[in-house]
Amino acid sequence: MAVKTVIEAVREAIREEMRRDSTVFVLGEDVGRRGGVFLATQGLLEEFGETRVLDTPLAEAGIMGIALGAAFRGLRPMAEVQFSDFVWPAVNQLIGEAARVCYGTNGAVLASMVVRIPYGGGIRGGLFHSQNVESYFFHTPGLKVVAPATPYDAKGLLKSSIRDNSPVVFLEHKKTYRQVRGEVPDEEYTLPIGVADVKRAGGDVTLVTYGLMLHYCLEAAETVAPEGVDVEVVDLRTLKPLDKDTVLESVKKTGKLLIVHEDNVTGGVGAEVAALVAGEAFEHLDGPIARLCGPDVPTMPFAETLEEAYLPNTEKIAEALRKLAAY
Amino acid sequence: MAVTIELPHVGESVIEGTIGQWLKQPGDTIERYEPLVEVITDKVTMEVPSPVGGVLLRILAQEGETLPMGAPIAEVETDEIPVKTTPVHRHEAEERPAAPAPTAAKLAGTTGYLVKGVRPVGPTGGGPAPEASPEVPQEVLPETSTEAPAKASTESAASTAGAPRLSPAVRRLVQEHGVDLTRLQGTGLGGRITRDDVQKYLEAGPVTAAPTAAAPATPSTEAAPKPAAGTDEEHIPLTPVRRMIAEALTRSASQIPHAWSTVEADITGLVALRTRVRDDFEERERVNLTYLPFVVQAVAESLKEHPSLNASWGGDKIILKKRINVGIAVAAPQGLIVPVIHDAERLSVAGLARAIRDLTNRARQQMLTLDDVQGGTFTLNNTGALGSVVSQPIINYPQAGILTTEAILKRAVVRDDAIAIRSMMNLCLSFDHRINDGAESSAFMQAVKTRLESMGPDTPIY
Repeated sequence: MAVKTVIEAVREAIREEMRRDSTVFVLGEDVGRRGGVFLATQGLLEEFGETRVLDTPLAEAGIMGIALGAAFRGLRPMAEVQFSDFVWPAVNQLIGEAARVCYGTNGAVLASMVVRIPYGGGIRGGLFHSQNVESYFFHTPGLKVVAPATPYDAKGLLKSSIRDNSPVVFLEHKKTYRQVRGEVPDEEYTLPIGVADVKRAGGDVTLVTYGLMLHYCLEAAETVAPEGVDVEVVDLRTLKPLDKDTVLESVKKTGKLLIVHEDNVTGGVGAEVAALVAGEAFEHLDGPIARLCGPDVPTMPFAETLEEAYLPNTEKIAEALRKLAAY
Repeated sequence: MAVTIELPHVGESVIEGTIGQWLKQPGDTIERYEPLVEVITDKVTMEVPSPVGGVLLRILAQEGETLPMGAPIAEVETDEIPVKTTPVHRHEAEERPAAPAPTAAKLAGTTGYLVKGVRPVGPTGGGPAPEASPEVPQEVLPETSTEAPAKASTESAASTAGAPRLSPAVRRLVQEHGVDLTRLQGTGLGGRITRDDVQKYLEAGPVTAAPTAAAPATPSTEAAPKPAAGTDEEHIPLTPVRRMIAEALTRSASQIPHAWSTVEADITGLVALRTRVRDDFEERERVNLTYLPFVVQAVAESLKEHPSLNASWGGDKIILKKRINVGIAVAAPQGLIVPVIHDAERLSVAGLARAIRDLTNRARQQMLTLDDVQGGTFTLNNTGALGSVVSQPIINYPQAGILTTEAILKRAVVRDDAIAIRSMMNLCLSFDHRINDGAESSAFMQAVKTRLESMGPDTPIY
């Protein structure tokens, strides 16, 4: 196995699926000649040509409308939204149309498409290049929402997303692109959507997270381990459908739950996880469900100090773990 | 600036207190007036609030330690001088051997690892990444984002300070295994009983007592009962409340020459009265109407006539108390406690019923104030509720007497040379024989008896 970055894993997944299935094509701003601003589609135009790698105008509603129409006719488009912050013009196509068409036509029309969305902060991207958009899609039935944190998960889940018959919002955290590395098998593999992964087993506190925060959570778990706090880290990997079984099983074991995400705390994925556990593992809880999330401020601040203040980090997570463990 | 917190002076005749649970631990942030520690006096268990806001630096008095009022118990760093971080945690963190920096080999695989020391260079984070570096990025910690869980925890801590609040997991285990929680010493925040505490207790088996005792810090006091389980014995460590009760009763039994007297009262009329008014009363007042308020009224009025029973021994004098403050023994979760009805002779039966309900409720919820438990001049104990027909109570030091009301039984008695079935109740008095002789105490008992026997269906209760 070779050690790869997340962006390399994403690029490999797209290329392999395009080779495997001729109905798969990519479209988006600068995905062709420039290879994408993050270079996720680098080299694809050369290999697959202009009919399968489409440079589009700077118009997200158009990108999503083209993808949707192509999906209605049986193709499998992979649309790239350059930054999550730019997805809003395309929300009507995604939430208003793609999410509902299967249900509305009783399965006669499918929107089998993947929307890749680089998202998240911690890269000093400021107001318009750092947003967390997951909770808007997380709320919408008919969509699947995937948010991997490692090269292995990114590749395996992206390949499954392309093959899935539902519209999939595939969230790639920008800071993981080049700063997270990990082994990726040389041979073909896919990973199931809707299955969380216990990235670290432990018995005292369950820590549920996803995306970039996984790595801070793992560091925090190691930080508090010498103090006698044994943390189980659950990486959701797929936000929707939520893997209830893995979360509940872990909380039933530990009795305590901390949820960490960088998205705003109110109405975030963590709120749903908290409600799930309160409802279905109540008798196993031995402490209050705790959330450590981005505060409810309108957007990620630009100043480095403020961005650090906004984001959960290893030290903050470790402190929250200590408090919960001591409860 | 570090400020020393002293055990506060809390009221008349309270000169020392025993430290109960610390509700804050070193390193914890405290708001001004937030409960800091539980202190048990011979009168009441109370929460001592912090006089300043800041961070608890050091605990100077351990749980179980008995100290005079005014003794230093803790040090707090106040906000007057900004505290950058929680020093204790920081300190511990620095002393711990640093965890080895994660290496690529160790963390590689499906988990992935975060490359350190990378400065993002704009929105795309473009450009080649440097090689993995063990350099740990500087992490300045603003307090804001950790606020949510911190707040949750402190709120929970405060809420556990009163009656023991059990988490759902603990409650389920307790029900499944029938655990006696009084055997457990909580190790969680503010002494909360955690799921682990219960599991460890269950694993250890029912014979072993709780692992940590509230050991007295001074070796001069009697040796701490070590939780040693022999084959024939089980040793249960004392809670601070149990220790306090033991000391108070020992002092009374060893210093006061007790004498005893029992009379029987025919309360058939009282029973009829209560039966007649009870339903109406309870519906109107939402207060349970027991026999106790009737007895309190009879006792209070009789004490007015016989002030030497409402008194205490002063060494070279007898001190008569002008107020009639009747204490009532209540079995509260933490142990026996005696809340006081002040100026009981001024209240009607209905008023007494309300006062008793209020005091017993708050005693069971551990919400009595110091005022509720001090100033008692005479004590009543309703041992009849437990089925007793005769008792030898120990006087609530330094009062002159204590009266028990025993079980009410229908008995065949002789009335006008005929056998009648009457509701009979024994009244047992223990009195300080230094203050009163048999003549005074019997006159008092007769006064109580006469009052109770004179009550009938038409006696007003308002």
